[in-house]
Amino acid sequence: MRIALNAMLPLIVLSPFFLLPLVVRLGKQRAQWAALLALWPAVLAVYFGALMRQVGQAGPVQASLGWAASLGLELSFYADGLSLLFALLISGVGSLIVLFSSRYFDQDPRAGRFQAILFAFMGSMLGLVLADNLLALVAFWELTGFTSYLLIGFEHERAEARSAALQALIVTGAGGMALLAAGVLIGQAAGSFNLSALLARGVRLEDAASYPFVAVLVLLAAFTKSAQTPFHFWLPNAMTAPTPVSAYLHSATMVKAGLYLVARMTPLVGETPLWNGLVTAVGAITMAIGAWRSVAETDLKRVLAYSTVSALGLIMMLLGVGTEAAVAGALVYLSAHAGYKGGLFLVAGTLEHEVGTRNVTELSGLRRSMPVLAVAGLLAACSMAGIPLFLGFTGKELLYDSLLGAGGGWGPLLLLAAVGASALMGAAAFIAGWSPFAGSGGPAPEHKVPAALAAPPLIMAAAGLAAGIWPGAIDGVIGLAVSGVLGDAPPVRLSLWHGLTPVLGLSLLTLALVAVLFRWRIGVRRRIEPLRMDFERGYTLALRGLDALSAWSLRALQGGSLRAYVLVLIMIVGGLVLTVLISQGLPGFPDVMDVQPQEAAAALLIVGGAISAARSKSIITAVLSLGLTGYGVGLTFLLFGAPDLAMTQFSVETLTAVIFVLVFYHHRSVGPMSTWPIRLRDSLMAVLFGGSIAAVLLFVGAADTPLRLSGYFAENALPLAHGRNIVNVILVDFRALDTMGEITVLSTAALGVFAVLRLGRDMKS
Amino acid sequence: MELILAIAAGALYGTGFYMMLRRRLGQLIVGLGLLSNGTNLLIFTAGGLTRARAPIIAGDAQELARPYADPVPQALVLTAIVIGFGVLAFSLVLAHRVHIATGADDIEEIESGQ
Repeated sequence: MRIALNAMLPLIVLSPFFLLPLVVRLGKQRAQWAALLALWPAVLAVYFGALMRQVGQAGPVQASLGWAASLGLELSFYADGLSLLFALLISGVGSLIVLFSSRYFDQDPRAGRFQAILFAFMGSMLGLVLADNLLALVAFWELTGFTSYLLIGFEHERAEARSAALQALIVTGAGGMALLAAGVLIGQAAGSFNLSALLARGVRLEDAASYPFVAVLVLLAAFTKSAQTPFHFWLPNAMTAPTPVSAYLHSATMVKAGLYLVARMTPLVGETPLWNGLVTAVGAITMAIGAWRSVAETDLKRVLAYSTVSALGLIMMLLGVGTEAAVAGALVYLSAHAGYKGGLFLVAGTLEHEVGTRNVTELSGLRRSMPVLAVAGLLAACSMAGIPLFLGFTGKELLYDSLLGAGGGWGPLLLLAAVGASALMGAAAFIAGWSPFAGSGGPAPEHKVPAALAAPPLIMAAAGLAAGIWPGAIDGVIGLAVSGVLGDAPPVRLSLWHGLTPVLGLSLLTLALVAVLFRWRIGVRRRIEPLRMDFERGYTLALRGLDALSAWSLRALQGGSLRAYVLVLIMIVGGLVLTVLISQGLPGFPDVMDVQPQEAAAALLIVGGAISAARSKSIITAVLSLGLTGYGVGLTFLLFGAPDLAMTQFSVETLTAVIFVLVFYHHRSVGPMSTWPIRLRDSLMAVLFGGSIAAVLLFVGAADTPLRLSGYFAENALPLAHGRNIVNVILVDFRALDTMGEITVLSTAALGVFAVLRLGRDMKS
Repeated sequence: MELILAIAAGALYGTGFYMMLRRRLGQLIVGLGLLSNGTNLLIFTAGGLTRARAPIIAGDAQELARPYADPVPQALVLTAIVIGFGVLAFSLVLAHRVHIATGADDIEEIESGQ
């Protein structure tokens, strides 16, 4: 049994991907059939539960899937308490979301696509929390960002949805890049990319030279993904996604990937002043800002989005505090949040689905027509507000307890912020979960809420109550997860009643504040609403700057001017060559003055022709001068034992001159077109470049190259190829394939010439 | 002799690029031709100069008489000459077409799309 569970892990993690073809087909069927899809995540949840039990007894497990073993690549997965807690949330909440979506998208032609992306996301998220290899983790991280992009922009005909999707992709994608860099740095510093190996060896990167970079890069990834200030703006905008997506990705699972990362990396790079300070401070600020804005919104989903930002900040802060109580509190809070916030989002989605609006100010009195949904909303709100008996209360007790215990001068300030944020979040909870159902009047739905829409939020909300009343059900799981972060931690004991402690006093104070804020919520909203800070401005400015930069660099580097390209090319190549030559010392002149008259004449022909071409006023003179240089080169070939080359050169040169004259006969070109400073600049460049080429040639000549290859050809030309002209034999026999390629090139050029000339004729006629 | 041929190759490169920096289409192509010649000379010289017989086995001999000029750079240069010619011919016709299509001879004028 044990071995079987282990070995199945990779296939289980990847199973949502394997099922995609089936999901697309089943997803677009009628709701009662599509609902069957929810069974698979439920099966996964059971599996992860069983694996959790095994891990509790026998320690973390690791399993790989051979992929390209010869390259040392394998897809390996690692499961310990921490990753399994996340996996349980992903599959458990995922099952309910799939069930909800089947009804939410009933009779919608896009349902199959939606369910398929949802499953792809589920697989990516499972991969993220269970990946063993850091680089695989990064890949799954990016996959969750990509599927999130597709889901936020699901209603792609709306410009608002498209820009929100792109924004989320850019912000979290930038974090993904940072994570990739961090992963590579960790791998270099620690010598392994495998989390299982790093954690088992107890590697700490604190003393590595790259440590500050690693820490900051990892945190950048975590902060962007988990919507921490100042990156949090993308999350409220992502609310343009269909509601099941908001519930699943942007509340219960994906945005918690950053928290997972921080928790996962704590043993490797955490527990330093830099790490704990940054995580605590950013978390606390995010918590405060999110809670503050959550009561100012009127759109149900935006209320929930800002309270999610706040909760993410709160959990981040607890991870930063880093004591056992704090980490346990963070994980309890995280689990409670997945339940109640997922539930509240689904309630909001159902309201919108049935009533057609999610504006708080327009919704009221719905408890009569939607009693089940009202119960779900109320239960979820109670958990979120931290009413005793609910899991949210347990989480809040742990929060206060760990902050009271935390040392340092910041403790009281953090505690104050936590109490304030909790009170605001509690008010937001009832605004979202109860105010649509309270009071009287308001819109009336046409029919009863279908069970598939009402059941998932009810189950999520009720789970919070059940776990609150019976904490023994989850404290084993939480304890295992805590030991995944802090090593061997003593077992966590969650309980409902802690006695008459200061913590209980703080909880009661918070509840009193919640009551006050909820009672006067309209006044509070009116006061807070105008006070907003525009965090999105940085994003907008950065994008605009990037646009301007690329436009500028395009103009500067790809201006479309051939002459500018040539100039840049000369400057770079000439500069490099000269730098090397000067650093190496200029070459000597070994017996170079041994010149015979006919050789000097050939060289003179070349140099004279070249200068004459450059100075010529008419194109015909230039072409003839080009011909002179060609004949000079041919003569050189002839003088140094290369008659074949000479013959080819002479005929090619003659042909070139003829074609030139034919084509350019009608061009009247008299006098230079550039001004003299430009010509002077170009001449200087030309002299420098020509000089560097000459110097290179002298260098090469000074090095004695062995004739091994030539010797082989010379010896074997007659016996093997039955040819006496070695050059010919090389071309048509030893290197015949090259020559064939050359013939192909020439034929293509000839075809091109023919086609271009014909084109001209057709256009004229 | 290497020094003189190095200067000759340098002159071909220098004037070739100078011509490519001019504004007339015709000058651009002539520059290309100069560069092509310069490159052939460069490879040939770099392969080592031998004032000796061509690498051809005499009719009555069974072996190549030493010393002989190195056949490998010669084979390379032969290919280069022919390919260079192909490139030059195609550029020429292309320039011709551009001239007919735009009626202009000035590269800057053509680039600016006037």
